[in-house]
Amino acid sequence: MKAERRAPARDVLPKAPTGIAGLDEITGGGLPKGRPTLVCGGPGCGKTLLAMEFLVRGATEFGEPGVFITFEETGEELAQNVRSLGFDLQALIEKNKLAIDYVRVERAEIDESGEYDLEGLFLRLGLAIDSVGAKRIVLDTIESLFGGFTNEALLRSELRRLFRYLKDRGVTAVITGERGERTFTRQGLEEYVSDCVIMLDHRVIEQTSTRRLRIVKYRGTTHGTNEYPFLIDEHGFSVLPLSGLKLDHEVSDERVSSGIAGLDEMLDGKGYYRGSSILVSGTAGTGKTSLATHFAHETARRGERCLYLAFEESPQQMIRNMRSIGVDLEPCVKKGTLRIHASRPTLHGLEMHLVQIHKLVSEFDPGTVIVDPVSNFVDTSSALEAHAMLMRLIDFLKGKQITSFMTHLTSGGRAVEATEIGISSLIDTWLLVRDFEHAGERSRGLYVLKSRGMPHSKQIREFIITPRGVQLNPVKERKK
Amino acid sequence: MSPTSGADDAEKWNLRLYTAGQSPKSLAALANLKRVCDEHLAGRYSIEVVDLMKNPRLAKDDQIVAIPTLVRKLPEPLRRIVGDLSDSERTLVGLQLKRK
Repeated sequence: MKAERRAPARDVLPKAPTGIAGLDEITGGGLPKGRPTLVCGGPGCGKTLLAMEFLVRGATEFGEPGVFITFEETGEELAQNVRSLGFDLQALIEKNKLAIDYVRVERAEIDESGEYDLEGLFLRLGLAIDSVGAKRIVLDTIESLFGGFTNEALLRSELRRLFRYLKDRGVTAVITGERGERTFTRQGLEEYVSDCVIMLDHRVIEQTSTRRLRIVKYRGTTHGTNEYPFLIDEHGFSVLPLSGLKLDHEVSDERVSSGIAGLDEMLDGKGYYRGSSILVSGTAGTGKTSLATHFAHETARRGERCLYLAFEESPQQMIRNMRSIGVDLEPCVKKGTLRIHASRPTLHGLEMHLVQIHKLVSEFDPGTVIVDPVSNFVDTSSALEAHAMLMRLIDFLKGKQITSFMTHLTSGGRAVEATEIGISSLIDTWLLVRDFEHAGERSRGLYVLKSRGMPHSKQIREFIITPRGVQLNPVKERKK
Repeated sequence: MSPTSGADDAEKWNLRLYTAGQSPKSLAALANLKRVCDEHLAGRYSIEVVDLMKNPRLAKDDQIVAIPTLVRKLPEPLRRIVGDLSDSERTLVGLQLKRK
């Protein structure tokens, strides 16, 4: 259904949505309906999980019952393995939405004498499909047959017959295969499954594990050819589509308060634009987090949801510290309008962070996302990657009309404006906080470096953190 | 060169042949099996033919993939031989009526 909406063209292949976050976007609606798709990759890359999620979502979200033919694990082992993803196979089996058949093929137990075929397997497939009225089927992994039988020529002709059979039955099939030396799969299954090939990969770069997915081939469909990072967690798979990087976001005229009266005043008296990107730069201890929490508090107080991604402090520590300056976040957290998500920036790779943020955003559906600080990402990767990642993040948030607020720690001694990652072009409103020497006194000042689409103040305002919050005073006033 | 499995001659053999309808391979398997049994197990064997076309559930329950499949249920241990049994030498080895 989804596919038809997305692709109105006449000659477009019908698709079976996977329900897997991100994958349907990349494939333009899902896997080729009624045809086999090959999912390949090395051991532990997540093939079986992807296949299982395809079936579970099919059964639970799209009204398409499924059959899982497993050649490697018993049904119980399989059920156990996917329980961590929140899939209750037993319940689906009881509701007649899923059938599992464990096909055991052990060469040590089998002798061969003369000609045979795999009709027994076909009968089992047919039985399983009929028992639940399956529209989807998974064969995981059919290559095990090559370990059980010696007559390769026969196996190959039977495989060909098998894939024809599946097409005739009109089931959307996912065939998994272990990656071979030079081929996608050890037994060259790609020879038989030619409609869609998805490759999964799991690598570790600088101690950080990254999973990636790539559509190698999708006949009759334009598809993303990039490698897309993906995540497997307690809710299953999620693939991060790289955004189109097009500048065609919807733009809002609505303004949102920064939570600080003096700052709103500097921004044309109205605050930030909704859905814009805001950056605060400054050296350590200049009050960036205070600005961020003011904004978070203000958003949450209005009853809008705010997602606060904290990469330096735990939520408890943040709540305590902010209470000392008169911002009480706890009621907002309790009310559910503010969610503080704390993690170490090095815990995941850059892209994994992005996937994580994607997930959090789609779960929580916030109006504002705060990343504090964004500079920590820069520490974990090259400048180029960090830039690409920020661009994707901002793009993603803007596309959803979410206001993004990021803090950036600049190292002392360097010109504040020389933000390493050169993200200026991505930022709509850029605030700088720095120490100033003024009339023989050292004080903290804030100014608006730029703010697109509004006449903003060119003043430097003194920035004071009081027990009742941040205050911005005109510098002149301080001179008695 | 002993043609026996070492089991005593009075031992009962219980064999089951899984087929799918009246396919040439299935018919050949049954004929070949009878010939081997008459030669080596005269009078002390029984053959049960299971047509999976009629009862596909048994393919799942008994872990049958290839057709035809011959299963030696008795004497133990259980043995499986797939194919139309046209290679008597390999059939005998598979049934452990002959050592390799």
